[in-house]
Amino acid sequence: MKINKKTIINVIIAVGVYAVVQGLISGGMLSRQMTSLIIPICVYVMMAVSLCLVVGFLGELSLGHAGFMSVGAYSGALFLTHTELPQLPAVLIALLIGGSAAAVFGLIIGVPVLRLKGDYLAIVTLGFGEIIKSIINFMTPITGGAKGLSKIPLYTTYRNFTFVFILTVVVVLLVSNIVRSRHGRAITSIRDNYIAAEAAGIPVSRYKIMTFVIAAFFAGVAGVVYAGNIGILKPVNFDYNTSIEILVMVVLGGMGNIKGSIVAAVILTALPEVLRGAADYRMLLYSIVLIALMLFNNSPIKRAFMDRRNMRQAGRLQKEGE
Amino acid sequence: MDLVNSILEQLINGLRTGSIYALIALGYTMVYGIAKMINFAHGDIIMVGAYALYVFVGLLGLHPVIAVLLTIVVCSVLGITIEKVAYKPLRNATPLAVLITAIGVSYLLQNLSLLIFKATPIPFGSIIRVPSVKVGSLNISGITIVTLVVTTVSMIALTLFINKSKAGRAMRAVSEDKGAAELMGVNVNQTISLTFAIGSALAAVAGILFISQYETLLPTMGALPGIKAFVAAVLGGIGSIPGAMLGGIILGIIESLSKAYISTQLADAIVFGILVIVLLVKPSGLLGKLKIEKV
Amino acid sequence: MKNMKRFAAFSVAAVLAVSMMAGCGDDKKDKAEGSEAAGAGEETFLIGGIGPVTGAAASYGTSVKQGAEIAIKEINDAGGVKVGDTTYKFALEFADDEASEDKAVQAYNTVMDKGANAIMGCVTSGACIAIVDQTYQDGILQVTPSGSAEGCIANDNAFRICFSDPEQGKAMADYAIDTMGLKKIAVIYNAADEYSTGLQKAFEEEVKAKGGEIVASEAFNTNDVEFNTQLTTIKGTDAEAIYVPAYYQDATYITKQAKDMGMTLQFLGSDGWDGVLDTVSDASTVEGCVFSSPFCATVDDADVKKFVDAYNEAYKATPDQFAADAYDTVYTFKAAMEEAGSIESADMIEAMTKITVSGMTGDEITFDASGAAVKEVKFVEVKDGAYQYKAE
Repeated sequence: MKINKKTIINVIIAVGVYAVVQGLISGGMLSRQMTSLIIPICVYVMMAVSLCLVVGFLGELSLGHAGFMSVGAYSGALFLTHTELPQLPAVLIALLIGGSAAAVFGLIIGVPVLRLKGDYLAIVTLGFGEIIKSIINFMTPITGGAKGLSKIPLYTTYRNFTFVFILTVVVVLLVSNIVRSRHGRAITSIRDNYIAAEAAGIPVSRYKIMTFVIAAFFAGVAGVVYAGNIGILKPVNFDYNTSIEILVMVVLGGMGNIKGSIVAAVILTALPEVLRGAADYRMLLYSIVLIALMLFNNSPIKRAFMDRRNMRQAGRLQKEGE
Repeated sequence: MDLVNSILEQLINGLRTGSIYALIALGYTMVYGIAKMINFAHGDIIMVGAYALYVFVGLLGLHPVIAVLLTIVVCSVLGITIEKVAYKPLRNATPLAVLITAIGVSYLLQNLSLLIFKATPIPFGSIIRVPSVKVGSLNISGITIVTLVVTTVSMIALTLFINKSKAGRAMRAVSEDKGAAELMGVNVNQTISLTFAIGSALAAVAGILFISQYETLLPTMGALPGIKAFVAAVLGGIGSIPGAMLGGIILGIIESLSKAYISTQLADAIVFGILVIVLLVKPSGLLGKLKIEKV
Repeated sequence: MKNMKRFAAFSVAAVLAVSMMAGCGDDKKDKAEGSEAAGAGEETFLIGGIGPVTGAAASYGTSVKQGAEIAIKEINDAGGVKVGDTTYKFALEFADDEASEDKAVQAYNTVMDKGANAIMGCVTSGACIAIVDQTYQDGILQVTPSGSAEGCIANDNAFRICFSDPEQGKAMADYAIDTMGLKKIAVIYNAADEYSTGLQKAFEEEVKAKGGEIVASEAFNTNDVEFNTQLTTIKGTDAEAIYVPAYYQDATYITKQAKDMGMTLQFLGSDGWDGVLDTVSDASTVEGCVFSSPFCATVDDADVKKFVDAYNEAYKATPDQFAADAYDTVYTFKAAMEEAGSIESADMIEAMTKITVSGMTGDEITFDASGAAVKEVKFVEVKDGAYQYKAE
């Protein structure tokens, strides 16, 4: 990891956010409502950032991200309910188990990814999400089926905010480092021109699978944290709608913009709490946001703006060169 | 009842759902074949069609025939509007942007109807009254027969229209190459609008038949049949009109048989599993043509 | 390219953030007004209600909220609750949980922020289980009007008004075999739903224990509309009746499709069937169906009539069992306060097992040590297109 000015600023921001939130918690200045939002925000930040890797950088639409989350949540929670280890090692192992289990599913989805892209791939991921849900429902003796898996030890609630926060920061840093690395450039090149990337010798299939596996791993980790915060898991909570909500975060964050995804995840998790009771309008708002942002991103107004800006930038670079 | 008879009955059940899937898949495949995009909102246009019929017949008390025609008009206009507002500006954008917009439209329609009609299901009796037919000990409901007939007629009419008429030729030209079609004097925008109008009209018919079969209105009623119909379209070979019909009926039968003899809970998983297998083994589907990608 | 996106994202974010703050401001104002009203003489006993008022389960939460409001108005109009020298007026703070587990925790914390004295909720089982440990840690009295899963009352501070799923399934089985004389019964249940599977399991066990036979046990999934496959399988058996422990939407599809297939079997249902007459397009499809239900709005009883009229006047709707459960929940709080002579949760929890409540869902409701309500199960039959209590 290269240490540059940007990294330092990011670290300062992270530490600052932590200090403020922790201060508010220990000072008892947050209402209970706000306190109960802290962990979900961390969970959705991890979800959004990992999905951002697939949607924003690989340029493929995954509609089954909640499915990965559920695999991680269930496998991590099953470990937590059966283990007798002390809290910290138990949580760490659970995170690893949850992440790995989700990554295995990411790999399974990765296989059709070899042959598919675009629309087809999106539908396959949607299908996988549904298949995962059906299977969890079907394996009643293990997962509790429709009744849900309850009595999960509450190891990742706001009382363990420090741990969850560090975990979130680590996930974000890992993702942003992947993006900035050579691998990240390869992934982005697949998005921008698949055939050219292939011609340039980039192993397209391997990178696609890798991206899916990494994203699934982090979604699984987020799932474990989710499970340890709520204490009960039900298959219905990981449906298509949840996947779409995470997608909205990524799109609102500017697709391929990690910081944007984080900000969007924070806002979209906190907003429904503030606008309590207006959930029907929330989904309506989400759909409008999706359409409007897509139209705006591809509108002539924006293109003209971008062109002007690029010209300016080019001009500046030229001057610097002189 | 012996096993053969029970299998036959389950096959008829499959036909019942399959013919609805087929009708929805026709619209999907047509829009995909020509506009080259998955119209995710197709399933929700079915829902709009069903609610429109309810408003015309149930609330305004119009004659069923007029109501059906009005419903088809409403859905066609809606289809054209959606295309003009949401999809047309994105014609040169990445498939990802188009797909996300389509999901947005689908959500928008669902949530609008949720706000207008609420989540409580609305009962609405069938406007189609056809007596059921008895073949030996088998009982085939009237609505199943109507759906099958309508689907078959639509399929034949659509095939003839695309292959024989001038507008159909224009559609095929747009499907092959938009730029070249434009140079040849085809009005691309008009052609795509027409495609969406026909696709949405088919969705309206599907909505009318769907509501006649199940008699309950829900804002989310179109979502699952829509996705399954897409699977059917892929199974039959997306872009192929006879393929959509074949795929729909096969999917309905597979679903019914797996519910009856394997597990109801796993039926959806089996349906999506088939999608994955088809895409891996024969991505062009049963009757589709394979396209080679160009830069 | 990137900066522009960022700009777009941030401008949207900024708009959202501003609206958020506006929202916060409103909240505080509400709170201030609330405490002002409370300070005007009498004390307020704040009930924290939690349930879905949006989303697919919205009708349940809405009914609970409205049923509770009727009871609160009745009690407050009658002068409130006297505990020692103080008179308490009830108030309700109802938070939406969209029937989801994570939203329920946040909803619970929201009503606690507003200073709830007792919790009425959650309306749905899963959400209820998600908060049950937290209410225990806070030591607050929790009474769920309709959370029927066993885990809802896992802790000593939690009680419920409705029947548990196993109790109800068992009662229906007893009734089907002992009173209706049925022997061979088929079941169609929602395998993806906790309520449905809970009833189905208990029902099947009890039928077998009583010497009856389950000739078919067919599952379906949430949002299914096609039941011909399951019905065809049942048609091939010698079943005398079909038990459908599910919600009224499912019952609507199932009875309709059974009728279309020419099946004339006796249908048995669970309390989720309440409201089925509003969703069938032809009332004759459910004629003769029998389901277990704690409450029937059309029964000829002065108290019930008073409740139904008040509800109808306020909300232009007929109360369902959720509204009745919530009504009884509020009266349970009242009884517990009077018995305990205190509004402290610890005292009220202790008093809970000593009280008897006369309400809409039972004439003499008591609570056992486990937190379950003890009352008799009633059965409703659809006769001439209306609900009727089945004579014992």
